Amino acid sequence: MWVDLIVTVIKVLVVSTVLLTGVPIMVWVERRGSAMIQDRLGPNRVGPMGLLQPVVDAVKLMTKEDLTPEGVTGTNRFLYLLAPAIALVVAVSTFIVVPFGYDPGLELFGHAIGGFVVAPDLDLGILYLFAVGSLGVYALVLAGWGSNNKYSLLGGIRASAQMISYELAMVISVVGVLMVTGSFSLDDVVLHQAGTWFGFIPKWNVIPQLIGAITFMVAVFAETNRLPFDMVEAEAELVVGYHTEYSSMRFASFFMAEYINMITASSLIVVLFFGGWTLPGIATPGGWLGALATIGIFAAKVAFFLWFFVWVRWTLPRFRFDQLMALGWKWMIPLAVLNFLWVGVAMALGYL
Amino acid sequence: MEFLTAHFVEIMFYTLAALTVASAVGVVAFRNPVHSAISLLASFLFVAALFVMRHAEFLAAVQVLVYAGGIMVLFLFVIMLVNVKRLDPEQVFLSGKAPAAVAAGVLLGALIAFGYLAGSLGPVGPGPEALRMVDGAVAGNTEAVGWLLYRQYLVPFEVVSVVLLVAMIGAIIFGRRDAGLEEGGGRMEQ
Repeated sequence: MWVDLIVTVIKVLVVSTVLLTGVPIMVWVERRGSAMIQDRLGPNRVGPMGLLQPVVDAVKLMTKEDLTPEGVTGTNRFLYLLAPAIALVVAVSTFIVVPFGYDPGLELFGHAIGGFVVAPDLDLGILYLFAVGSLGVYALVLAGWGSNNKYSLLGGIRASAQMISYELAMVISVVGVLMVTGSFSLDDVVLHQAGTWFGFIPKWNVIPQLIGAITFMVAVFAETNRLPFDMVEAEAELVVGYHTEYSSMRFASFFMAEYINMITASSLIVVLFFGGWTLPGIATPGGWLGALATIGIFAAKVAFFLWFFVWVRWTLPRFRFDQLMALGWKWMIPLAVLNFLWVGVAMALGYL
Repeated sequence: MEFLTAHFVEIMFYTLAALTVASAVGVVAFRNPVHSAISLLASFLFVAALFVMRHAEFLAAVQVLVYAGGIMVLFLFVIMLVNVKRLDPEQVFLSGKAPAAVAAGVLLGALIAFGYLAGSLGPVGPGPEALRMVDGAVAGNTEAVGWLLYRQYLVPFEVVSVVLLVAMIGAIIFGRRDAGLEEGGGRMEQ
C-alpha cells in the first residue's frame, strides 16, 4: 500500500520535473533554432552558448509586477485569474497516460513499478487525454473574455473556433490506430507496433496510415496554437491575442503551458504513429538497462518532433483565418475519415 | 477519521451532488451569460466526477469530451460573438412561461419521487463489476458500453444517430442565409 504510494509519488515527481525543466530547454532550443534558421546568432551571452538564458528569463518573469487590467472586477476578475491556472493544470495533467518506456516487470523496494507511465491502471488511456485536453481551450477563452480587451476577446473567439474544428480532425485521425490496436491504452498501442514487416520495415502505424499520421500532426499543430496555426495570438493583428493583458508569472503560465503541450503532442505523435519506445530489433528488452534504453529511444524520438515543431514555426508563414477554417473542415476531416475507412477495409480483408 | 473512511463514498457523492446542483442553480442565477455558461461547465464536470464515482469511466470521459470540451465551447463562442447585454434586475424573465415552468417542475418532482421509490436514489446501485461485464467476463468499462450499444441496443442506437443527422441537416438548412423560401417556392437570392 505505502510502497505503491511512494512509487507513484516518485513517478509523478520525475515526470513533472522532466516536463517543467523541458520548458526552459525548449525555449532555448526555440531561440537558438530560430536564430540558426534566420542566420542570426541568438542568445549567446549568458552561460555557454546562451544555455543559462532561460534561467535569467525565469527570474525576470518572476520578479515582474503582476497587473490586472482596469475594469476587471468581481466574477470577471476570478475568471481572469483562473485562466492561466487552467492552462497549466491541463497541460501537466494530460501527460500522465503517456507511456515513456518498456517495463519488463521491474521492481522497486520489492514492488512492481507497474510500467513507465504515471497512471497505468487508467484503461481510458487516450480518451482521458482527449477529454482533459479539450478543456485547455477554456484557458484561452476565459483569458480572452476576462481581460476586458478587444484584442484578447478576438483571440479567445478565434481560439474556440479553431480548437473545436481541429479537435474533430485530431480525434478522427486517431480512430484508425485504435481500431488496429483494439484498445484505448497507449501501452497496448506501442506494443502493437513492436516488430517488423519483412524483417526490416518497422511495424509503425505511420506506414499503413500515412494519411492519418499527417492529419494528426497538422491537427496537433493547430491544437497547440503553433505556427502556421497561431491565429489565436497573431501578433501582427491582435497584439498577442488572449494573453495581451497578462504579465509576470501569469503570462509565464501560458508560456509554460504552450511548451508542455508541445512536449505532450510530440510524445503522442511518437506513441501513436512512430512506435513509441520501440526500434526495429529493440521492442521488449529485459532488466533495468533495457528499460533505460527504451526510455532513451522514446526521448530521442520526442526530441526530434520537438525540433520539428521549432523547424516548422520558423519556416512557414501564418494562415489567414478563412484558409485555416477551410483547411480544417474541407480537407482535414475528410482525409481523417478516409484514413479510418482505409484501415477498416484493410482490416476486413486481413491485411492489417 | 474512522467515520470519514467508512463513509467515504457517501460523503463524496453528496458533496459532488450538492456542487452539481449549486452550479446548475448558478446557470439561471447569474446575470451575465458568460458566467452562466461557466457555471454550466462546472455542473458538467461535477456530473463527470459522479460518473467516475459510479465506475462509469467511459461515460465520464465522453461527458467531458463532448459536453465540456465541445458543446460548451460552442456556447461560449456564440455568446461572445453576439455580445449579449446584462439583464435588467427588474426584468421578469419567465413572463407568460410560468405554466410551462410549473409543468417542468412537477415532472422533475415525479422523476425524483420515482427514483426514490425505486430505491436508486443515493450512492446505492450495482457494483463496479456490473459496468465492466462483457459476455460474462470482466473487461473494461469502454468494452462493456460498446458491447451493449452495438449488440443489445443496436437498432435504437442507429435510430438515434439518424435522428441526430436529421437535426443537424435541419439546423444547416435553417442557418443558410440563401435558403429562405418564398411563398411561390422560389429562392430569395441566387
